[in-house]
Amino acid sequence: MNVTRGFTGRPRVQNAALPPGQYDAGDDWPVLSAEVTPELTPAEWTFRVDGLVEEPRTWSWEQAHELPTSAYEGDIHCVTSWSKFGVRFGGVSLDRFLDVVRPHVSATHAVAYSHTGYTTNLPLADLTGGRAWIAWEFDGEPLAAEHGGPARLLVPHLYFWKSAKWIAGLRILDHDEPGFWEQNGYHARGNPWEEQRYSGD
Amino acid sequence: MTDMTVTAEAMTEAAVTEAAVTESAVPETFTPPTRFAVPGRIAVSNRVAALWQTATITEIRRETPHAATFRLAVPDWAGHLPGQHLMLRLIARDGYVAQRHYSIASAPDDSGHIELTLDHVEGGEVSGWFHSVAEPGDTVEVRGPVSGFFAWPGDRPALLIGAGSGVVPLMSMVRHHRARGLDVPLRLLVSARSPEELIYAREYGAETTPVFTRSAPEGVAVGRMAATYVAPLLAEQPPGGWEAYVCGSNGFAEHASRLLVAAGQPVDRIRIERFG
Repeated sequence: MNVTRGFTGRPRVQNAALPPGQYDAGDDWPVLSAEVTPELTPAEWTFRVDGLVEEPRTWSWEQAHELPTSAYEGDIHCVTSWSKFGVRFGGVSLDRFLDVVRPHVSATHAVAYSHTGYTTNLPLADLTGGRAWIAWEFDGEPLAAEHGGPARLLVPHLYFWKSAKWIAGLRILDHDEPGFWEQNGYHARGNPWEEQRYSGD
Repeated sequence: MTDMTVTAEAMTEAAVTEAAVTESAVPETFTPPTRFAVPGRIAVSNRVAALWQTATITEIRRETPHAATFRLAVPDWAGHLPGQHLMLRLIARDGYVAQRHYSIASAPDDSGHIELTLDHVEGGEVSGWFHSVAEPGDTVEVRGPVSGFFAWPGDRPALLIGAGSGVVPLMSMVRHHRARGLDVPLRLLVSARSPEELIYAREYGAETTPVFTRSAPEGVAVGRMAATYVAPLLAEQPPGGWEAYVCGSNGFAEHASRLLVAAGQPVDRIRIERFG
């Protein structure tokens, strides 16, 4: 690491909640999707879980809303270096969906995919145990389309490209398959605390 | 660490390009049963993307009152394709690190140099350093290029729409098109507040239509990017249609991508890079 002449940077914030290399974006919530924002209504939205499961299943908007609701209050971290503190999402824990489909014991990973065709891969262990949600509310309001509404995947302990917008489904697998950004040089897991930004980090 | 994999289409295109491409196995990857999927354009070298290199500023050129171009010597630069970006970091004496993604402005060449054009962002710690402190001879660290998604190898007809400093990766494509004397059709629609704020104003040719939102030269309309600019280009498409590349703020990207869709451009052939 070479010190940059004359560079001092922002005032140092002693914030143990800020992962390495990240800064606090404050009230900003940048939008970075690489595709056209789809015009998807709740009536058109569906969520399917299949692959290595006992009972593949597709939920409609109403059916998904019959599951017990759950909220996430905490922080999110984008690989482009911004973090956003104290966000509040509402939806359903992914555990409730997986309880219904029952993944096989051989299942280790999942590819999450969007209604736009976007994909991202995740270890199943990152999607279970109350650490992942299907989210349709932000700050008590319906999730905006540009932020993934009507519903997105939410996996806040990983970089936010893993939290697929306009979530359409999960394919449960017994191996890891790189998704959209992961095929474009990004890290397979994306843990912000280990700064797993790019493949090889 | 898993190896990078690419789609069959991306490999075919990668094979005809010269820069920033790895040899990768091509295992089947999951294709979702949803409406469309935007395939990556090229494979990205995970080895190159992992390595921080020292870059030395060799030249600083003012483009507009708020934007300047910084030419960097990067002796071991692996090459890039137009549209790709890099990661750049500045390091303070106490070890504090600030890193940002920046699009590459220069066309690929073998000069051992690359160029970045940066807006002076209000309160920006990295762009502020570049605009207020940086001088030729200063060094920064870069890694990349990264992301093959927004890359244009120069193969397909390209319709480029940018606003403000969103024109930077698109200019790399225009420069590449010129430097190689490519025949493939290429058009650029670039939006700026005024002629003074139009980055690269002197470099544009017949391929470019500027759109001015606040003030324009005499006889030129003032207004937002609109269907009147986009629709005619889609009405007279080259064989095989356009690959569309949109770059700018999120607001601009949403607006421009809706114009493209309304004019008939397929959503799976619109690639968007938003500031953030």
